[in-house]
Amino acid sequence: MIVTINGKRRRLDVAPMRRLLDVLREDCGLTGTKEGCGEGECGACTVLMDGVAVDSCLVPAAHAEGRAVVTIEGAAAAKRSARALQHAFVEHGGAQCGICTPGMIMAALPLKARSSRDQIKTALAGNLCRCTGYIAIFQSVEAALSPARKGARARRR
Amino acid sequence: MGRAVGTSVRRMDGDDKVTGAAKYVDDLSFPDMLFGATIRSTISCGEIVNTHIGLPPEFVVADHRDIPGANHVALIDPDQPCLAEGPIRHYAEPVLLVAHADRRALFGVEARIRFDYRERTPNYDPERSDTCFKQIAIDKGDLARGFGDADTVIEGEYRTGHQEQLYIEPNGVIAVPGDGQITVYGSLQCPYYVHKALVVVTGLAPARVRVVQAETGGGFGGKEEYPSMLACHAAILAIKSGRPVKMIYDRVEDLLATTKRHPSVVRHRTGVTRDGRMTAMDIDVVMDGGGYATLSAVVLSRGVIHAAGPYRCDHLRIRGRAMMTNTPPNGAFRGFGAPQTQFAIEAHIDRMAGALGLDPLRLREINALRPGDTTATGQTLGKDASALPVLREAVKRSGYKQKRRAWQGTNRGIGLSLFFHGSGFTGAGEVKLASKASLELTATGARILVASTEIGQGTRTMLAQIVADAMALPYSSIEVHAADTDAVPDSGPTVASRTCMIVGKLLERCARDLRRKLGKLTPAEYFTRHGAVVVTAQYEPPPGQVWDDQRYAGDAYGSYAWGCNVVELEVDPVTFEITPTHVTAVAEIGRAIHPVMAEGQIQGGTAQGIGYALLEEVVMRDGRMANAQLTNYIIPTPMDAPLIDVAMIERPYAHGPFGAKGVGEMPIDGPAPAVVNALRHCGFDVRAIPATPERLMAGKLKVEELAVESFS
Ligand code: FES
Ligand code: FES
Repeated sequence: MIVTINGKRRRLDVAPMRRLLDVLREDCGLTGTKEGCGEGECGACTVLMDGVAVDSCLVPAAHAEGRAVVTIEGAAAAKRSARALQHAFVEHGGAQCGICTPGMIMAALPLKARSSRDQIKTALAGNLCRCTGYIAIFQSVEAALSPARKGARARRR
Repeated sequence: MGRAVGTSVRRMDGDDKVTGAAKYVDDLSFPDMLFGATIRSTISCGEIVNTHIGLPPEFVVADHRDIPGANHVALIDPDQPCLAEGPIRHYAEPVLLVAHADRRALFGVEARIRFDYRERTPNYDPERSDTCFKQIAIDKGDLARGFGDADTVIEGEYRTGHQEQLYIEPNGVIAVPGDGQITVYGSLQCPYYVHKALVVVTGLAPARVRVVQAETGGGFGGKEEYPSMLACHAAILAIKSGRPVKMIYDRVEDLLATTKRHPSVVRHRTGVTRDGRMTAMDIDVVMDGGGYATLSAVVLSRGVIHAAGPYRCDHLRIRGRAMMTNTPPNGAFRGFGAPQTQFAIEAHIDRMAGALGLDPLRLREINALRPGDTTATGQTLGKDASALPVLREAVKRSGYKQKRRAWQGTNRGIGLSLFFHGSGFTGAGEVKLASKASLELTATGARILVASTEIGQGTRTMLAQIVADAMALPYSSIEVHAADTDAVPDSGPTVASRTCMIVGKLLERCARDLRRKLGKLTPAEYFTRHGAVVVTAQYEPPPGQVWDDQRYAGDAYGSYAWGCNVVELEVDPVTFEITPTHVTAVAEIGRAIHPVMAEGQIQGGTAQGIGYALLEEVVMRDGRMANAQLTNYIIPTPMDAPLIDVAMIERPYAHGPFGAKGVGEMPIDGPAPAVVNALRHCGFDVRAIPATPERLMAGKLKVEELAVESFS
């Protein structure tokens, strides 16, 4: 099958029902996408498929045929907001152990500039983090999407 | 220079984590690697009498007879086999190992292996168990006299359930065999624990065994002891096959088989005067250890030492037991026994206040430990005893008093909890560990050599800040070596809120030593003239710290961190659904080396505590976790995480690096009792967690009951 992965068209010879997650990690060597549950609950495996965040552990490889898939490794090249998000996650404590981080950033990537706290929560609703309690993650996303508020750590409530 | 401590420098591992470059164990791969799986018991108690294996020869199969050394997982007691030889004490006990070159070939492999069992009746009730892993008694003053001084005696029983650590990266390791040696890479907290276990199981000399931590996706105690078991399994397969073996648990296996927080039953009998002075405390603690001893003895120890809470009482008796049951062993989880016992005392305090007609805040103010007071073990507290400062700050920040009045009789509630947490190993633990840390001069600065692991809490960054300031070098000139037993000394396990206070202090000493050696030279100049130099420091207890392990008395910890939580919540009057809306978390931790990371520890621990209080229920059916999936073991999501307002108070501890104490565990001690106390404020009598809507419905009090309740 033909898939565009991180901007490159690739021909992959894989069984149609293999999980996209495994194809990315094992066949393409893109280990930035993580597995936390394998059942669509944790979001650690989030990638973009045609610009929409999906759990790659639930996507059969065949489903990606002809589509554009972006993983954390290709995020910065695919979208301008990615670098700002990555920077902000480091700066504001959004990444601790980091295992949820690629998924969090991919899930936040489709968000528009100046999204509200509620919009951010909705975008990240399918992503679990056990380290941060989420507050620092929301603050990281806000800082990245609203440059005017960058560094406004006092805005806690 | 000398400015890194106290500022939120850019964390060292940040960029790799946000770009996907960081390598966790499942991201690593070795030529010729096999994948391993574990075949487990499907009964909870009995014996295996026959094994039927229906696998083609390309599978590598190993059982206990393939263990080159001794068949136990070395930790405290040698009671837990690495692979069962016959007797089975719990469901999901490892019996056989299989490996195959194709990961997918292992899918469903357990269906092709069958055991014949002789079953015995399992026991799941710790209070009916006839096997006690550990018993502890603490006595202070004269209990009869204390009760004699009381105007009334108030009793209560409090229960907590299992809790799963739920690191998002499941357990995993890779064992790579070599010529008479073995190397294990893994997701783990304690490289030297794994090293010790591997030496026993492989029978190899310590120098032939190497353990390297891979980037680790969360631990919370769940990767303190279990990786030793898993590493041994992978090593057995690697030695048998002569090939590298990767073993990664999927979520279901991780939930079914690995350790959880000990369930507890705590009973209080407290003598109190009419004006609210506690004159006697009689406390009984029972913990469910599960099938093998693992760390139960030390979890119990921390639990009983914290059981009286941060309160003064001259006459007390504490009895604790950790009992065996036929469930998978319980083990380390952030807080390590203290969340259970402090849940009990804090819920009890609010019930006592209700009985005395006092505000719970007032009752706490009257009894809170102050500098110069003695704890349950008779430890005299120093000037950094901060129960009252954290209490006052939390009350002020949250508007507790005004909300408490305004919400009376509504479906909104506000409750508080006051708690403390000892930093470092208990009692003589640190002396026995005798940890070491080293610092190596490089051409550009210094390199930290410790076995303390980065598991998300920021170890690398925080230690580098301490070294940078103590050497008066820029933060960017400090490197941290990987936690690799071939290269770093044994700085003890990464547990017990000890990494900053204990290992950080050792490094501070190394750094000052190295600074003295340099004299007026820069690292580059010294390096050119003298080459590399390594300095090492070993733990020494602060002067005057004494502990009597026989009487369980004395200085239980070098110091304590102090915390107060105020939880605000709403209860849906129809569905009993509980929504925590706001948490105020005040913590006194000596000194915040990196404020953003310290705050992250407090927020993260608080969120886990809210999950413990309200959501996280391990449903045990016939000794097995019936909800072993993320679909129905629920942890807080972005949608139900409350706002957490963190305030840190700093009262430097003389023997901590730059005044720092421990912060990692304490935040999880407070949320659960604050939640049930807020529920009590809205008219629900809850004495067991998780406080699910079902429990709430059963515990609804009538208003008149609420006024007079809890005289038992
Ligand atoms: S691994 Fe895909 S959602 Fe958890
Ligand atoms: S940072 Fe560890 S799970 Fe989110």
